[in-house]
Amino acid sequence: MPKKQAKSNYTADRGIPGAFEGETVTRRRFMVGSAHATGAIATSAFLLPALGFALGPIFEEHEQRWQAVGGVDDFPNDSYVPKTITIADNIGQTGKSTVYIRKRNPQIDTEPLPKGFEDEQFVAISTRCMHLGCPVKFVSAAERFICPCHGGVYNFRGEVDGGPPVRPLDRFYTRVRNGQLEVGPRFSVNSELDRFSPRDPGEPLDGVGQYLYPSRPSIRKLDSPED
Amino acid sequence: MPKLKVPAPPIPEPLKPRPRRPGAPKQKPLDAAADAGAHVVDWVDERTSLSGGLRWMMFRKVPKGTNWFYTLGSATMFAFLSQAVTGVFLAMYYRPDAAGGAYESVRHINDDVFLGEFVHGMHKWGSSVMVILVFLHMARTFFFGAYKYPRELNWVIGVALLILTMAMSFTGYLLPFDQRSYWATIVGVNINGTGPLVGPYLSDFLRGGAEFGATTLSRFYAIHMMLIPGAIGALIGAHLYLVAKLGTTAPPWLKAETAEELREERA
Repeated sequence: MPKKQAKSNYTADRGIPGAFEGETVTRRRFMVGSAHATGAIATSAFLLPALGFALGPIFEEHEQRWQAVGGVDDFPNDSYVPKTITIADNIGQTGKSTVYIRKRNPQIDTEPLPKGFEDEQFVAISTRCMHLGCPVKFVSAAERFICPCHGGVYNFRGEVDGGPPVRPLDRFYTRVRNGQLEVGPRFSVNSELDRFSPRDPGEPLDGVGQYLYPSRPSIRKLDSPED
Repeated sequence: MPKLKVPAPPIPEPLKPRPRRPGAPKQKPLDAAADAGAHVVDWVDERTSLSGGLRWMMFRKVPKGTNWFYTLGSATMFAFLSQAVTGVFLAMYYRPDAAGGAYESVRHINDDVFLGEFVHGMHKWGSSVMVILVFLHMARTFFFGAYKYPRELNWVIGVALLILTMAMSFTGYLLPFDQRSYWATIVGVNINGTGPLVGPYLSDFLRGGAEFGATTLSRFYAIHMMLIPGAIGALIGAHLYLVAKLGTTAPPWLKAETAEELREERA
């Protein structure tokens, strides 16, 4: 069997109509290619910025602020005091949320504090239910947080006592400035009360949960108490 | 003279137009008007050739046994058209302002605007009607086996339309911006968040950030009134094109009839 002759790179050798001497691509093919490329460039020139515009907030980092909620002595260590903080600006009441605050009580709060946060004196618990985000209410008679939507129940420390929630209630960092207690960034906890970057409700943090539901650039855990 | 020739509709014998009797005036005013109308249609058709497409779309052959169940698709489309029209007019009064303007504008539509409560009600209840009709239409297609070859692609487009309809319901639910809207959306966004790996980013995308903020409502509004309706309109076009191209199926309880010549052969 005779060896197949390799095809020439030159259009003229291959007998393509409209071929010119020394060309490897016909002019028609070249023009079609440039027209398509121009169209693709023009389309991506508006499509890519528009997509980035819509997807930008996913990657945007936001400054976490500290908000004063009252004097240090306003908070007992055996019950919670509800305080209102702002979690989103410029939308009035819609952007506000309740935080339940009490002093740390060594008899109840037996979990060790993480490195760098050893002198934390307060516990600030978010009212966001960890099932799907409804607002929980602290019922002092039952000493439990109860969610009105789907029956989630949390104990005094915010750990799940019953119902569908997948992890304990979120908490907020606290600090004392000029005798005022300030509430800072949110953090999430697993069932051991280990601290994680804030996750949305419904995302478990035990076991592989922290990897299945990665932390997002838009909201992160506090790195050090001085931030 | 108009060249356009439309197939004669099946009018009962007594209602058919009689031929002109000798001695009657040649052209009555009504005939002149009909002529003028035909002339205009002709003018457009000569420049667009639309009539061929219209005839292709409207004078299709339908199988024996076609029944009321086959109207569910057009019923769904009319539900969508009704949503589109009422939605456009609601947008004239609605303000996607999360600081309270949205709720106030919906209150204004319901309480002050002439026929506002009616148009808002049409849109609100019509959305449920549309979802119900979509499912009935889907059930008809399923039980009649109308999703089978060569109509699989139309089933796929239909599923995309179903998902888009659900997305419309989800994004529209937030717009009245009352307690129910707000908490239902919080719950809905968090359900999106429970998807592994992509979930957290998806809920960030829906909210436009880590918290329900000032742009969340306008995001939902833009998705609800521009992004999805455009996609639904385009997909309905493709869906209808395939219906016209492939034809509809006979109901499953009808047996195929053998062709006339084959029957004679057997005899």
